[in-house]
Amino acid sequence: MAQPFVKKDDDRDEEAEYSPFFGIEKGAVLQEARVFHDPQLDPRRCSQVITKLLYLLNQGETFTKVEATEVFFAVTKLFQSRDIGLRRMVYLMIKEISPSSDEVIMVTSSLMKDMTSRTDVYRANAIRVLCQITDGTLLAQIERYLKQAIVDKNPVVASAALVSGIHILQTNPEIVKRWSNEVQEAVQSRAALVQFHALALLHQIRQNDRLAVSKLVTSLTRGTVRSPLAQCLLVRYASQVIRESANNFQTGERPFYDYLESCLRHKAEMVILEAARAITELSGVTNRELTPAITVLQLFLSSSKPVLRFAAVRTLNKVAMTHPMAVTNCNIDMESLISDQNRSIATLAITTLLKTGNESSVDRLMKQITNFMSDIADEFKIVVVEAIRSLCMKFPLKYRSLMNFLSNILREEGGFEYKKAIVDSIVILIRDIQEAKEIGLLHLCEFIEDCEFTYLSTQILHFLGIEGPKTSDPSKFIRYIYNRVHLENATVRACAVSTLAKFGAMVDSLKPRVLVLLRRCLFDSDDEVRDRATLYLNTLGGDGPVVETDNDVKGFLFGSLDVPLVNLETSLRNYEPSDQPFDIDSVPKEIKAQPLAEKKAPGKKPIGLGAPPTAPSAAVDPYDRLLSSIPEFASYGELFKSSAPVELTEAETEYAVNVVKHIFDHYVVFQYNCTNTIPEQLLENVTVVVDASEAEEFSEVASKPLKSLPYDSPGQTFVAFEKPDGVPAVGKFSNVLKFIVKEVDPASGEAEEDGVEDEYQLEDLEVVAADYMQKVGVSNFRNAWEGMDPECEQVDEYGLGPRESLAEAVNAVIGLLGMQPCEGTEAVPSNSRSHTCLLSGVFIGNVKVLVRLSFGISGHNEVAMKLAVRSEDENVSKTIHEIVASG
Amino acid sequence: MELCPSVKNVLLLDSEGNRVAAKYYCDDWPTNSAKEAFEKAVFTKTQKTNARTEAEIAMIENNVVVYKFVQSLHFFVTGGEDENELILATVLQGFCDAVGLLLRGHVDRREALENLDLILMCLDEIVDGGIILETDPNVIAGKVASQSVDAGGPLSEQTISQALATAREHLTRSLLN
Repeated sequence: MAQPFVKKDDDRDEEAEYSPFFGIEKGAVLQEARVFHDPQLDPRRCSQVITKLLYLLNQGETFTKVEATEVFFAVTKLFQSRDIGLRRMVYLMIKEISPSSDEVIMVTSSLMKDMTSRTDVYRANAIRVLCQITDGTLLAQIERYLKQAIVDKNPVVASAALVSGIHILQTNPEIVKRWSNEVQEAVQSRAALVQFHALALLHQIRQNDRLAVSKLVTSLTRGTVRSPLAQCLLVRYASQVIRESANNFQTGERPFYDYLESCLRHKAEMVILEAARAITELSGVTNRELTPAITVLQLFLSSSKPVLRFAAVRTLNKVAMTHPMAVTNCNIDMESLISDQNRSIATLAITTLLKTGNESSVDRLMKQITNFMSDIADEFKIVVVEAIRSLCMKFPLKYRSLMNFLSNILREEGGFEYKKAIVDSIVILIRDIQEAKEIGLLHLCEFIEDCEFTYLSTQILHFLGIEGPKTSDPSKFIRYIYNRVHLENATVRACAVSTLAKFGAMVDSLKPRVLVLLRRCLFDSDDEVRDRATLYLNTLGGDGPVVETDNDVKGFLFGSLDVPLVNLETSLRNYEPSDQPFDIDSVPKEIKAQPLAEKKAPGKKPIGLGAPPTAPSAAVDPYDRLLSSIPEFASYGELFKSSAPVELTEAETEYAVNVVKHIFDHYVVFQYNCTNTIPEQLLENVTVVVDASEAEEFSEVASKPLKSLPYDSPGQTFVAFEKPDGVPAVGKFSNVLKFIVKEVDPASGEAEEDGVEDEYQLEDLEVVAADYMQKVGVSNFRNAWEGMDPECEQVDEYGLGPRESLAEAVNAVIGLLGMQPCEGTEAVPSNSRSHTCLLSGVFIGNVKVLVRLSFGISGHNEVAMKLAVRSEDENVSKTIHEIVASG
Repeated sequence: MELCPSVKNVLLLDSEGNRVAAKYYCDDWPTNSAKEAFEKAVFTKTQKTNARTEAEIAMIENNVVVYKFVQSLHFFVTGGEDENELILATVLQGFCDAVGLLLRGHVDRREALENLDLILMCLDEIVDGGIILETDPNVIAGKVASQSVDAGGPLSEQTISQALATAREHLTRSLLN
């Protein structure tokens, strides 16, 4: 082996920091590249220059277009040299430069010559280079050689051609598909990696033909696949076939399970792991099927290799989420992993144990974790805290030891995110476990005695103000709170004053003493603190005799602000000091469409301090409150559904308008959110004139104009329609925005006295059947489905015509029905030829509806669908079919 | 899940976290600064661990990273969140051992930079566009090291064994045709 290594001049005496590339500069190296043009090439010197160029690229340096072209042309000269080492560097360089198509022509002939060379190294590398830089037209020319290369005796050449085939398949599938026979032959190769590459390519060629994939898997699982990597692929393909056939409602024995199970006894660990993971991820896996997989994973847990332990514990951790009982056998091995050197493994072990543990083991586990917590990083601690939180929700009786644990770790060192996770957990326990309330609050009080994070202190003080007064002995919290007024920064002091006031308002017996404390705060050095103290003293009636606090005051102290803060801020900015006091009712209550849409977007539910202390409100809530606050619409009854905002104007037009459709049993209200984007204009008396001639079942009953629409401050105007009760009437509405426009002087901001009437055409708006459907999921679709009377089921089949893909067809139908996909069935695995989608929803009139959609796609992308509907009302089932039939 | 096992990047850093050689096969880190930030995160998170006798593993930015330290160089292989850890570990092992062979046991920054051409060829032989090409360290090092003169050249430039091999190849070819 020693011979081939070309060692460069080395001088070991120099300092360790020495680098052969020290002080390297792009410009100088590009100059050096001129040696490529020498008539007498010096291969070693050229290699060194290319290495320098590659070094620069590898360090993140970039070449300009001109520089790259120059280097490329210079490099092509080097094909003259017969030196293999240099040629290899040329290959690397060409790949790095990725020349443009007109440049590629320059090297094509040289590379094609190398491709047919008798030197294996040339053939393999030239194939890879050429396939990487070439485009479809050239491929046809070299196709013949590639097909030959696939079945080349030399495994390196065969692999090079196969891997290139996998890459080309993405861009030129029709060419690669013609190589099926050769690829199939290569699957039988004795060389392990050739088999692996051939199998990967063969599967990708056939991926859209489910039957062919199934056949391929069937034949190969019987035969012998030697390469462990190829075996891993086969396991993945087999589980894909299992997934897809499960969608066909096949019953009985699961196909290929025996194969997966036999792979658990394979000699390569990577295959065992792949198979074990595949088994644990089977949908609806039974305990009997799981057992052998769990057993091999358990063995891995005590491996000497960290990677193996990690892989096993990570898989078991996932299994524990769905089948905690199946994992309990591993608990002893798991416990020994708590002290694992690799903290990722230890954390995964702990969280798995927390998921599988039973009530009696909690105390022992907590003891072990305490030792463990001191020497892991914050990010792992957060994971553990979250696991403990869910454990506590599972075993509420154990709150005492868990709360103790949380309070202990709260006292120890830690960063903000970690402390916040702990505080959030305690807050949730306090909220959900009645018995834990007082002890939890006291822990939090102790924490703020020595808390370096202003944010956490203020959040806890706020929380104390709400929960503290409801405890049996609120007076014991006062000391902690009042200490804040002495010892903290102004933000925390101000917050503490508010909390004190809340205690004063809620607990009459404490009121006189709270008033004394508040009076002391009047001498605080910070004006916000003084202002708050003054305000609360007045609202609590500090000057007069002590009386029972009236509801107005409580509402003021505790009620949530029902106007969005952004709008309040804008209004306050616009308010000019005058005799007229600022009127909070003048603040628009509707939020700009944008933030609301974000809020409705699926995301993590706010937890802990960030969330309001009451149950999280539904997304529809802000609309509900808004509408019921408008007298015209207050009598319309309960709001059934509000649609997502629909844009009625193009982006960046003078006036931006979108509409939200509010559906009531007997009415439909259109809420037009308007924004004026012209600073020189003030709009007044804004209305939308709606023409409902194409919506026969609707008749306009009310309209609420918008008094004034200044620049960049969104406002709403409403139009209400009456419609037949409980009927999903549909129709099309055309809209015109009418208003009086007044010029505004940009300098003074004053509007002119006189305005001109004007109108602005908006896009049409449609009320569709999906508007009458609430997205309401069910947790267990099967149970819900079987719980409905099979008699009311309505089944029919539809042809959806040619579609882009199965996923597109599925999404179109989901969108049409406006229902909630259940159990993740809205996701269509790529390449699948059929799919079943489960939907649930509540139709107007509060009728529960469940839908089971079975899709199939033909070779010509023709999609057919079977629609089965079950609902509490046969007419509703019919309506669903009508929606689909007309859509 | 991606059906074909794939590698997102292969990194070789020195003992201070500087890039010696790196190859990215996906668009998760589009700019050089994003790449450097990832390398820094990977280096600092793994720095204190002992990944000398056995390869170690960590989750970083929702990626599985397997790594091994040999003398003063740090080797990393990154794959997607769901990737089979052992496949990545096999790639890592191939990379480490091949570099060890190519540098003849002197696995340090200076030796690696002086033989950067070998290291880059080595990377090129291990993964092609994210697809694993070869994992056997001896084969990888062998492919990189077979740098003698073009076998298609005059016979005088070939060693005896090469000449024999070529002759054998000629013969089999003529028999097959």
